[in-house]
Amino acid sequence: MADPIHQFEIVNLFPLGKIGSTEIQFTNSALFMVVAVAVTGLLMLGTTSGRQLVPGRLQAMAEVTYEFVADMIRSTAGEEGMRFFPLVFSLFCFILFANVIGIVPYTFTVTSHIVVTASLALLVFFTVIVYGLYSHGLGFFRLFVPHGIPGYILPFVVLIEIVSFLSRPISHSVRLFANMLAGHITLKVFAGFVAGLGGALGLVGWVGGTLPLIMVIALTALELLVAFLQAYVFTLLACIYLSDALHPGH
Amino acid sequence: MAQPTHATTEHTPTSGHGGGFPPFKAETYASQLLWLGLCFVVLYVMVAKLALPRMAGILADRRARIDGDLGEAVRLKGDADAAVATYEKALADARNRAHAIATETRDRLTAEADAHRKSVEAEFAVKLAAAERSIAASKTAAMSNVRGIAVDAAGAIVNRLIGKAPSEAAAAAAVDHVLKR
Repeated sequence: MADPIHQFEIVNLFPLGKIGSTEIQFTNSALFMVVAVAVTGLLMLGTTSGRQLVPGRLQAMAEVTYEFVADMIRSTAGEEGMRFFPLVFSLFCFILFANVIGIVPYTFTVTSHIVVTASLALLVFFTVIVYGLYSHGLGFFRLFVPHGIPGYILPFVVLIEIVSFLSRPISHSVRLFANMLAGHITLKVFAGFVAGLGGALGLVGWVGGTLPLIMVIALTALELLVAFLQAYVFTLLACIYLSDALHPGH
Repeated sequence: MAQPTHATTEHTPTSGHGGGFPPFKAETYASQLLWLGLCFVVLYVMVAKLALPRMAGILADRRARIDGDLGEAVRLKGDADAAVATYEKALADARNRAHAIATETRDRLTAEADAHRKSVEAEFAVKLAAAERSIAASKTAAMSNVRGIAVDAAGAIVNRLIGKAPSEAAAAAAVDHVLKR
């Protein structure tokens, strides 16, 4: 059976040059990051170049994405949250297109690597800390002191708040990473059954192989949903965390 | 994604790929981080400097256009309402004026008719009085003639009866005596 882990291998496509003694390689991961950025650029800039008053389908798609992300920020972080609009919009588009492109066979899923999702989660994490300290000074630490808690349990609550704050980037990044990884492994395992049955058992295998094939089709639909949903969840959590930087006093 | 098919025993996850779980291979992290940083910065700049301002502009233009059109529609409706009010006022004025003209004409014609009738009546009254006067004159004349004729007739009758004509004065006295009765 085909190795379900093989699809996550980083492969060097061609070398670009050397910085000192380190060789710079253009990898499959890099390729699909560039593709995700290019698709985002195409959708957001190519379709809006006409600046039509009555949008066409593609421009409407770009506008729907814009409104979707803008509404997400407004509903979680309020109107002030719009200062993070470019960051949140970039996160959403990058993750969404990386996830969706990754479903296409023979592509590479950028977000199935923990280092990528962790970097994005830490970007949000440090943006919250830096912006929170910059705009509220030490008042930012009121984030860890909820209102209306009796004095005798306050130290425990503060401790829990701090631990939960510090663990945010972990849950934030692992959620996306694990969903992408598990989904692609499941797809690959079932697809492997189809090929394995067909190859090993002849006609019986061909008939038997249709069952996992149906499963693969259903899972692909599910993965499409997961790809969108995880992009949404990641971005929504980013908005909620950024809201803490704007309103640390709750 | 992968090489297709063939369940083979030597193809296990730990063999063939240099070993290890790809997402946990630390030697690939540097390259991934480099490319992620590069791509995300490019994406961020593109989104922040080009895409979002442009889309915000498109949406603002559309909202302004819709608000402008609605305002224009409200203004035009106000104009239409004003025109209707003016028309109705003009109609009411014209109706009042027509009514006034009709009333005035009717009053004038009535007055004229009255005046004409009065003058005709006065004329008739004058003629009637003249006619009555002439009738009275004729009657008086006729009555005075009756006495003369009666005196003559009485004289003639007495003459035939007795062969002797009475005196004029006696006949006249007898006639007057009879006429008085």
